[in-house]
Amino acid sequence: MTDKTNHLRDYHAPVWDEPVVMQLGYPGRRGQVFPQAGAASTLIPKGLARTHAPALPEMSEPEVQRHYLHLCQETLGMLNISLFGTCTMKYNARVSEAIAQRPFVADVHPLQPDDSMQGILQAIHEFDLGLRALSGMDQFIFQAGGGADAAYTNCVVTRAYHKSRGELKRRNEIITSIQAHPCNAATAAAAGFKVVTLNLEENGYPSVEALKAAISDRTAALFINNPDDMGIYNPDIKEWVGLVHEAGGLCFYDHANFNGVMGKIKARELGFDACMFMLHKTFGAPKGGGGPAVGAYGCTEALAPFLPKPVVVKDDKGYRLDYGRKKSAGKIREFFGNVPQVLKAYAWLLAMGRDGIDEASDISVLANNYMDHKLRKIRGLSRSNPGITKHRMEMTRWSLGQLKTDTGCGTVEVANRMADYGIDPWWMSHEPWIVAEPFTPEAGEMYSKEDLDYWMAVVAKISEEAYANPELVKSAPHKQAIAQIKGDALNDPAKWAITWRAYLRKHGKGGQAGDKTHAAE
Amino acid sequence: MVMREQGGHPWMGNSLPALKQQMLDEIGVGSIEQLFEQIPQDHRLREALDLPLGIRSESALRRHLTDMLSKNESADTHLTFLGAGCWPHHVPAVVDEIVGRTEFLTPVWGSAQSDFGRNQAWFEYASQLGELLNMDVVGLPVYSWGCAIGHALRMAARLTGRREIVIAEVFDPERLSVVENYCEPTDMPNHIKIRRVKVDAKSGLIDLDDLKVKVTSKTAAVYFETPSYLGLFETNAAEIARIARQHGAETIVGVDPLTLGIVRPPADFGADIVVGPTQPLGVHMNCGGGVGGFMASRDEERYVREYNGFLISITETQKPGQFGFGLASAHQTSYGMRENGKDWTGNSVYLWAIANAVYMSLLGPQGFREIGELIITQSHYAARRLAEIPGVAIRYPDGFFKEFVVDFAGTGKAVAAINKKLRKHKIFGGKDLTPEGMKQCALYCVTEVHSTEDIDCLAEAIAQAVKP
Repeated sequence: MTDKTNHLRDYHAPVWDEPVVMQLGYPGRRGQVFPQAGAASTLIPKGLARTHAPALPEMSEPEVQRHYLHLCQETLGMLNISLFGTCTMKYNARVSEAIAQRPFVADVHPLQPDDSMQGILQAIHEFDLGLRALSGMDQFIFQAGGGADAAYTNCVVTRAYHKSRGELKRRNEIITSIQAHPCNAATAAAAGFKVVTLNLEENGYPSVEALKAAISDRTAALFINNPDDMGIYNPDIKEWVGLVHEAGGLCFYDHANFNGVMGKIKARELGFDACMFMLHKTFGAPKGGGGPAVGAYGCTEALAPFLPKPVVVKDDKGYRLDYGRKKSAGKIREFFGNVPQVLKAYAWLLAMGRDGIDEASDISVLANNYMDHKLRKIRGLSRSNPGITKHRMEMTRWSLGQLKTDTGCGTVEVANRMADYGIDPWWMSHEPWIVAEPFTPEAGEMYSKEDLDYWMAVVAKISEEAYANPELVKSAPHKQAIAQIKGDALNDPAKWAITWRAYLRKHGKGGQAGDKTHAAE
Repeated sequence: MVMREQGGHPWMGNSLPALKQQMLDEIGVGSIEQLFEQIPQDHRLREALDLPLGIRSESALRRHLTDMLSKNESADTHLTFLGAGCWPHHVPAVVDEIVGRTEFLTPVWGSAQSDFGRNQAWFEYASQLGELLNMDVVGLPVYSWGCAIGHALRMAARLTGRREIVIAEVFDPERLSVVENYCEPTDMPNHIKIRRVKVDAKSGLIDLDDLKVKVTSKTAAVYFETPSYLGLFETNAAEIARIARQHGAETIVGVDPLTLGIVRPPADFGADIVVGPTQPLGVHMNCGGGVGGFMASRDEERYVREYNGFLISITETQKPGQFGFGLASAHQTSYGMRENGKDWTGNSVYLWAIANAVYMSLLGPQGFREIGELIITQSHYAARRLAEIPGVAIRYPDGFFKEFVVDFAGTGKAVAAINKKLRKHKIFGGKDLTPEGMKQCALYCVTEVHSTEDIDCLAEAIAQAVKP
């Protein structure tokens, strides 16, 4: 056998050349049959009856199954190695999936009486207790459908808190940093606040002086992550929190980057009033390509009365959904959260325990520093903030500025090429790009050292390719289900086609993508 | 439960001393602790985490969770007639298979090429829903129906430069609470004022005379639902849209997509933006975690440039004749423009968009017609059966789809007491509307999962429960 350690696989993605589903089927064919209904036409109010059947595909059940299985196979996702930074790629345990798919979770209605869903409510409550242990907060809720929605939750809680003190009109500013996730600024603006954005300084974070200059009696809250996406931890954070509190503002800890500090610090001990954990990142629930997700939002006792309702509470009769919260900010999404995801996160917490969590943050930071050490040997790469010599946390922002100058190949081109080696294209950076041609690897605790070595060997190989044959990289990918897409139509109202019907209208039935017909016809 | 340390944790590849040492050697530091040098000592935990040790055995973990969750009752153990924003519907087995596949379940983002199959499935979600809705633009779904209404109202406010909207006085309190937050409190400078239009007592439909008073040159949008919260088709949809248009307001309509095999879509009556729930299209109730919301509009640039979420477009690739998919008009999102973007976007319910796509492909035009017919006939059958019970009346006996209001006032019994008795028959009765001002009324939901025998069983159980 050959040594497989540094052998780059001869990968090729499955190519099914699968038509758009709208092109499939045969008139009269069908994939689901429902029991015979009685006469319905007299029950439909006059003038409302549909006159033209919707032009949906007409397919047999196996045809539908086969079509979507082909699309599955044309999705690389996490089938190999994904070090997608800021998103903390984890193993999504199948045991949790198997449990969450059972009817005692999947087929429960959210308005059932509390005593008919004690199992669910107990799991939510016990998980809440676990998050309290990790953060020092007093109450968590799970209504937010993602991390951004948890930031929005913080906005509505902030509004309700200041309103209760008669200060909301004046306190209309939220302070954040240019390195905080865009959703912090965006949800603040959508909730009606003015956004004050602090820029980074030499040491990689905004200075205390800059914060002081931004704070006033108009300050409603600080929204901040720490460490940031560069892997830099702001050591002044306690002072920051103190300054904002002195001015009467609240402090919200966006714990998107929790993996490197879990079991090491607690938001509450740093002085924060509220924090957010992403259960689909740090806590092992799957991402689903963009949800269903959960932003678990926790806060102090002082803020708890303002939380969106209901809140799961335990009393001597058992567990219940508490709707009777008079100061509540209302709701930010119907019902009480993506419960299956909460359960999966609870399963993760149980399986990891305090020993596993501590070890996982150790491994995440160790693995990132291991990569830091090896990636710097690859030509054309450089670390952001080169003047900062301290070890980074669980991820590091890198730059391909040099590679781009030397070869014309930047971070987009390299990302596209990575897939040709079976690697999920990396995360670059949120807007704005502070370093040139950025990328952000995050090793996490799931992947083995061999996986990390393979990933870095791919980056090294692409760097070599860029210097030797830049066209190969620029025209990548070459071994995917499709070639590089053309972007010009995507911002052109005359050309974009967001549904098949729009495509047919704009590009005609004989158009390039419309000329495939089903084999049976 | 405390488990013994058993070597490497099964979910962590580097959970072995030898590998950790190899990495430390490569870095050239003596301990992992040294790598945390950025965190000041006085930031570190004051005491050990108050959590148990991990349960590393999968069989022990499974047992722990299933023991806890087995206490739940569900639509599997009980007949449920609860709806109101989350409904018991049939989920085809193929849907469960596809959304359970690791390829679709676990990816984060990828590229247009590497995650091409998922992007195509998303496009097929939009394309099929577009056919049902008769609209050319369908965005990827947002968190929920209520959130979709909120984003659509804010979209209308931006489009018109106006800060008032009109909705019915009868409105799902769950959705209303979400909408109120999206419209911002009165203290905020961009607060959107919510005006409530009366509902006709007899028909349950929007009172057109009052609508003409409430809709003015200040109105950004009129929002209504068909079927409404109480299950009624809004038969005056075209007239409502006409009144809105006359005043330069947008018409936003909420619709249950399962009606669209048998009734005309809101676009045919003049809707500008259409929203609705995605959970009915092949997603389990999931204790309410199955909800999602769609947004759709005409393919006019003024609308497309205002979407907060992602729009996925078919496009060409570098290989002639081949197609791929990319995000259309993406810079306007908060990812591109931070606080200057359109509201915000982030993780949503995109896995459920794939469930929806598979579901719509399985049903096709015939399936949508059949399921619509089945739901409307079964729910009317149920209403008739319940109306036969002495003291029980149906508030609006005609023109509803799958939900209807059962009035128990004539029985002298409270809904809560009746529902308690139904539990003994393994039945979850309808949602109690008493706290919402409809005393002794309940909102019942009957769908394709309810057989005639189930409905008869319900009728008998209610008849017993309301006996004097």
